Amino acid sequence: MSIDKAESVKYETFTQEEYMIMKDDLLRPIEKIGIGAKIWIGFLTAVFLAGVFAYYLQETRGKYVTTGLRDYTTWGVYISNFLFLVALSLSSVFMSAILRLTNFQWYRPLSRIADVISLSSITMAGICIMISMGRADRLHHLFIYGRIQSPIIWDIIVVATYFVACVLVLFIALIPSLSTCKNHLHNLPKWQLKMYDILSFGWEGNAEQWKVLKKTVLILTVLIIPLGIALRTVSAWLFSTTLRPEWDSTNFGAYFVSGSALITVATMVIAVYAFRKIYNLENYLTEMHFDKLGQAMVLMGFIYAYFNINEYLVPAYKMSGLHENHLLDLFVGEEALFYWSVVFFGIAVPSILPLFRKMRKPLPLSIIALAVLIAGWFKFYLIVIPGQAHPLLPIQDVPETWKHYTPSLIELTIVAATIAGTLLLVTVFSKFFPIISVWEVAEGKLEGKEEIINYK
Amino acid sequence: MENENNNSSRRNFLRLGALGGIALAGTAIAKAVTDEAPKETGKKVKVLTADGKLVEVDSSHVEHHAMNDNYTSEEIRQGVKGKKFIRVIDLGKCANERKCIEGCQTAHNYIAPVEYIKVKKMQNSELESPYWFPTMCYHCDNPPCTKVCPVDATFKREDGIVAMDYDRCIGCKFCMAACPYSARTFNFGKPEQLKFTEEHGNDTSDPNHCRTPYAQEGTVAKCDFCTDRSEKGLLPACVVECPNGAILHGDELEDVVTNGEDTFRLKKLLQDRGAYRQFEELGTKPRVYYLPPVARNFPFEDATEAHNTKD
Ligand code: SF4
Repeated sequence: MSIDKAESVKYETFTQEEYMIMKDDLLRPIEKIGIGAKIWIGFLTAVFLAGVFAYYLQETRGKYVTTGLRDYTTWGVYISNFLFLVALSLSSVFMSAILRLTNFQWYRPLSRIADVISLSSITMAGICIMISMGRADRLHHLFIYGRIQSPIIWDIIVVATYFVACVLVLFIALIPSLSTCKNHLHNLPKWQLKMYDILSFGWEGNAEQWKVLKKTVLILTVLIIPLGIALRTVSAWLFSTTLRPEWDSTNFGAYFVSGSALITVATMVIAVYAFRKIYNLENYLTEMHFDKLGQAMVLMGFIYAYFNINEYLVPAYKMSGLHENHLLDLFVGEEALFYWSVVFFGIAVPSILPLFRKMRKPLPLSIIALAVLIAGWFKFYLIVIPGQAHPLLPIQDVPETWKHYTPSLIELTIVAATIAGTLLLVTVFSKFFPIISVWEVAEGKLEGKEEIINYK
Repeated sequence: MENENNNSSRRNFLRLGALGGIALAGTAIAKAVTDEAPKETGKKVKVLTADGKLVEVDSSHVEHHAMNDNYTSEEIRQGVKGKKFIRVIDLGKCANERKCIEGCQTAHNYIAPVEYIKVKKMQNSELESPYWFPTMCYHCDNPPCTKVCPVDATFKREDGIVAMDYDRCIGCKFCMAACPYSARTFNFGKPEQLKFTEEHGNDTSDPNHCRTPYAQEGTVAKCDFCTDRSEKGLLPACVVECPNGAILHGDELEDVVTNGEDTFRLKKLLQDRGAYRQFEELGTKPRVYYLPPVARNFPFEDATEAHNTKD
């Protein structure tokens, strides 16, 4: 089953006989949970619980004591982290739906990974909105008094809708796999088998059911793209609908979408690298995938660079009084080191390094992807926080802490918890369900034919 | 936080007499003088009786509205019919004495470093001279803050005031991001402030006391043109407290603004003195006008003292 170089250019195909092996390969991680997995899950749970405790402290002790937020910088890491999680949640759009629609066959083993990352991160993003509210106890006011004119309401509607779409995309495409689990996994607790049974909704794998399933998946695939773009754009509008020069940009929606596309590629690289190593899925998540993802990264990197030029260099050319403070701060001032590192690792590295074939190998590409992700997180920080440091009227005669925001330990713990929560959801999912869509991969082989493998 | 008021009792009277709403205000206060004799505070306030006489009474006789007598959600949404509150700030008269800031803090029961009204040092270019620039909520006619509020917790009243409903605000702070003048401030729950609210929240002894006190924890506060005082025809705390009469408050429909000492015809004042609004180009249509810092009452003296150093 090893794939040699020559073949790796084409997408993977499998014969029917290989299917049985494949099924075993993909079901194995569900059957036994190793000690490593237990430690990992335990660690993530601990971080997540630490975040829950930190949130409890924040709500009981008051935000003045527990956070670094003050007037002027009223939106801190919670908001920038929210933007980052929304970027991750676009994985379904860029790493599954678009590839699926445009017939890039290598999407097949990736689609479920992308979908579960999306669902996990949009869940955490939703939680982030709540955490950043001054009065979380008044959440219901959004429903009682909601005004549709407010971009926050748009954001909440689109986050909720996208969440539902993610659930549907993930679980409908999962039905045939659930039936596989039900029929082939026996040494599992009763409730788990029962769960497979319930969630597979009486799936038998007959031609009629396949027809409905594939149609539904196609419709959802088409739907999730505009929804994801809307989600990303609306979260950019939270900023660009204000009159602050740093945010008041017609470029903002597209700029955010392009940045998120790059971040989803990087996320995918890391996820593929991890699953491939830990679950021994080298036969399905191949070097070819890294090659393709590396190419995608270059493309997205250049698109993102293009929007960055529009966003920063065009105003910098004019250097109007409105932008001056902010831009100089970023380019040569207080935030310069921070800003240029983010540009270097978040734009230059992903646009240039993967141009070289050697850099598109699993390990180097994963290291690049990690750099891109970290830079991506800080990029949102740089958009949100210094963007508030230079209001139109100068900040005068206020305490030092009001001028310079530093996230508190509690805020950082909560942010770490949302990231841990995302990883935890992905990990737990992969322990209960096959992380690669068996039928989609198998279907790749039978492309264009009427008959479909029956799982029984 | 006791407000010393003795040197301005004469002005207090004049101020009362200044607005067109004099009769209304007099009646309201006279009505508030109670029959029983509660504990004397020793502090005298002047009130105008219904028949036009000025009398001095102990402040304990004057019933102020207490904390629990604040506006209800419905009340605060009702603007005063036939009024359009407006403000003109004469930059030539501001000497950064900070009395408006302190007066506002006392009237609304909140403490530094929070300031609804801030006095900034501005200088447009090197060749021009610096001047003091009091800023506050401009109660814009096209307010960017109310536009973005998801729950209608901040809204425009028909009398021009941009008001806050603290009971409804969810603390998303979007209005703060949207306000180009940084006029809003958030109650992050500073322990000193919470303690102060607990101890002095019901303290209505300040003659300039407002029925719209500081925001609850986790909500947004800002200048509210001392809503209840404006409604009653009284001058807001900052106007009363400014020793130089730099802040003029009034009613656009009546075409009058006053600082308690001098009363002007609004339109004529704006036209004669080259009034402008801050960042007109943003289209926010502020209800606060500035008279340029010409014909100054004082030479500009730089303030070396920073007041809000302690977090
Ligand atoms: S912080 Fe309160 S008043 Fe401001 S936009 Fe949010 S809900 Fe409205």
